[in-house]
Amino acid sequence: MSEKQENRLLLYGNDAIAHGAREAGCYFAVAYPGTPSSEILPAFAQFPGVFAKWSPNEKVAVEVGIGSSLTGTRTLVTMKHVGVNVAMDPLMTFTYSGVRGGFVLVSADDPEMHSSQNEQDNRCIAKFAKMPVFDPSNSQDAHDFTKIAFELSEQFNTPVMLRETTRIAHAQTMVTLGEWEEPVQGEHFVRDTSRFVMMPNFARPRHAFAEQRSLDLQDWSNEWDGNRLELKSKKIGIITSGIAYNYVRELLPDASYLKIGMPWPFPDKKAKEICDYCDRVLIVEELEPFLEEEAKILGLPVEGKKFVPREGELNLDRVAASLAKAGLLDEVPEAREGAPVIPRPPVLCAGCPHRGIYMALKKVNADVYGDIGCYTLAALPPLETLHTCFCMGASIGNTIGTSLTESDHKRPQVAVIGDGTFYHSGITGLLDAVTSGVNMTVVIVDNSITAMTGGQENPGTGTDLMGNTVPAVKLEEIVTALGVKKLTVSDTYDFDTTLAQLREAIEYEGTSVVIARRPCALFPKKKKTNPFVVLEDVCNGCGACFRIGCPAIADSGKRTGKGLAIAEIDPAACTGCELCVQVCPVDAIIPQGKREEVNA
Amino acid sequence: MNEKTTNVLIVGVGGQGVVLASNILCAVVVEAGYDVKKSEIHGMSQRGGVVTSDIRFGPEVLSPLIAKGTVDVMMAFEAAEALRFAHEVREGGKLMSSLTKLAPPKGPTRKGQIEYPENPLEQAKEFCKGTIIPIDTDTIARELGNMRLANTILLGGLSAGLDIDETIWTDMIRKMVPPKTIDKNLAAFARGREVVSLAEA
Repeated sequence: MSEKQENRLLLYGNDAIAHGAREAGCYFAVAYPGTPSSEILPAFAQFPGVFAKWSPNEKVAVEVGIGSSLTGTRTLVTMKHVGVNVAMDPLMTFTYSGVRGGFVLVSADDPEMHSSQNEQDNRCIAKFAKMPVFDPSNSQDAHDFTKIAFELSEQFNTPVMLRETTRIAHAQTMVTLGEWEEPVQGEHFVRDTSRFVMMPNFARPRHAFAEQRSLDLQDWSNEWDGNRLELKSKKIGIITSGIAYNYVRELLPDASYLKIGMPWPFPDKKAKEICDYCDRVLIVEELEPFLEEEAKILGLPVEGKKFVPREGELNLDRVAASLAKAGLLDEVPEAREGAPVIPRPPVLCAGCPHRGIYMALKKVNADVYGDIGCYTLAALPPLETLHTCFCMGASIGNTIGTSLTESDHKRPQVAVIGDGTFYHSGITGLLDAVTSGVNMTVVIVDNSITAMTGGQENPGTGTDLMGNTVPAVKLEEIVTALGVKKLTVSDTYDFDTTLAQLREAIEYEGTSVVIARRPCALFPKKKKTNPFVVLEDVCNGCGACFRIGCPAIADSGKRTGKGLAIAEIDPAACTGCELCVQVCPVDAIIPQGKREEVNA
Repeated sequence: MNEKTTNVLIVGVGGQGVVLASNILCAVVVEAGYDVKKSEIHGMSQRGGVVTSDIRFGPEVLSPLIAKGTVDVMMAFEAAEALRFAHEVREGGKLMSSLTKLAPPKGPTRKGQIEYPENPLEQAKEFCKGTIIPIDTDTIARELGNMRLANTILLGGLSAGLDIDETIWTDMIRKMVPPKTIDKNLAAFARGREVVSLAEA
């Protein structure tokens, strides 16, 4: 065990990446927030002499990052796995052009979909885009690989992907930090038309360049000690990468290993070496059979997904079961079942500004095409007022499609999208709705922050990540500029007015917009409590307040004369938004202070 | 120094301070010279969800996640959460739990809906293969005159379940709490430690 060192710290993978970038002299970082990537940018922004900013979406972030690289500045761009889909367009061509300043793209994948809509494996995207990809197994790897990625990017004239997963991003492991470099800004843009103007005649030779580069990178991948052979047992060899290495190494300490730090370009010589050395070689990897396909293309006798699950994240139990299936471990006894305990599903917060508009949407029985954010939670009981959710910005396009094709138009067609998501990718959808003359309503739920991912600034906030005051863009101005003729701004704490405004917008012939506005209950500052109480002798047990889905309202356990549940309000949670007061038919809910006055 | 990897699971409900407590534990084991890994799922913690933190320490730790049913020491900040994860404790392990009950908000009972458990720690005996040690944090905190000391009491309990020098814990508490509250926190830590030590004796 080593002596305690000053530069040895317990770090999340995300913090380790920020440190790695700092040590590489990276000056500029740009991102769109998304779990599990969101903490990298704020961590990087703390370092002296650097500049970091959020962009409105991942495509813009990559384009901003390309510009920064073109001035010769080392540039870090971060996003979650599905964010890379948004950024694919610039990325697919930037890999032809190549970089000036080192360009590292962090893709934070989410196996098991802890907070995502799919569990795509972005090692596949890296290969498709022809960019080398690193796959760290712990925070030390994340730190070291980030640093190497900047070097490699400039050495081979290529953007580089660092692909991490939730269990790397959000696990803390020990890291030995290195010396850090003064961040350097590039001098200026250097014109290089044949490289940076990707019209056909210029792009063709760049494609050839990219193919040769991949071959050169494969040589590097074979040489690099981060693709590490640990040769022990001749009987069994394991090829693995990323988080999976930890599980399988713990379970089979005596096997031989090829621990892959760079899945693509695939270190083919090292893979052949372990296959020559061992009688049997198994590939243990999370999600797609990426390494397995690379090995099989080479004709290597490997096994993998025959035993290892392709869905969900791996862990010790799942890997143990896979190894047992492959005959490499004794059958693992079935794990004991736990007690069934009351679930604690995530809910819209007490005082959440989205609640009021969903109550109104429920009342008018709208088909609600949803989007990505806290407001997606309204799909769950008791609100159950959101009926689709695919990707960022999908709500508006989905609603256009249903509105234009429904032959039996039964219910109002409404898109619900958050302010952050509208800036991200709702604007073009709304443009389509207006110019196609679609009869539909778009509700922009505006809590003036990007809440789901932890309260990041967005174009409507008026402040940036570095703490500067910046121009805030008003939703009303964008909506009006897009040609919307029917626009209403509603206060979602005022239920009756909100409902009337929503009805009017729905009745309007053409595309109408309702901006449902109230600040978030959590960010930038958690709303203070302002408790209301239920008067037990007045409550008639109708349950109207239960149906608004407020976590501060619960069954008191007491019953009315007719045996109906009497509500109670948790004073530590209630923010006094008064939505329950407005739905109570018998005025049984009053401010706590008022009851005390009555009692005094 | 323990040559094997020790598995610690801390569970509770969003807002209870599970992550902070696991950070303090990690700082302590790092100070004691161990390798350590910690994993938790962020995201829903502020919205009233279940929060768990896996902490593993030893000479060299590989997996950041604990295998099913192999927890050496579990600390529950909330009694129903102790029940939910009781089966994760290995034979001979320890489950220490606060008596605090936080029922999730809910409307009137629907058909088939699970109720908040009447006596979670009593029920947990059926699922836990280790020893269950209840800690009456509310009563102790009240005696000490500050309800906010509950988490330090639980840390004291946790410390008694682990083989790490007590002075490393107390030094860490001195470093991590506001200066004015050091004495109160050390008293709370000692009380929590005492409860578990007595239960084990």
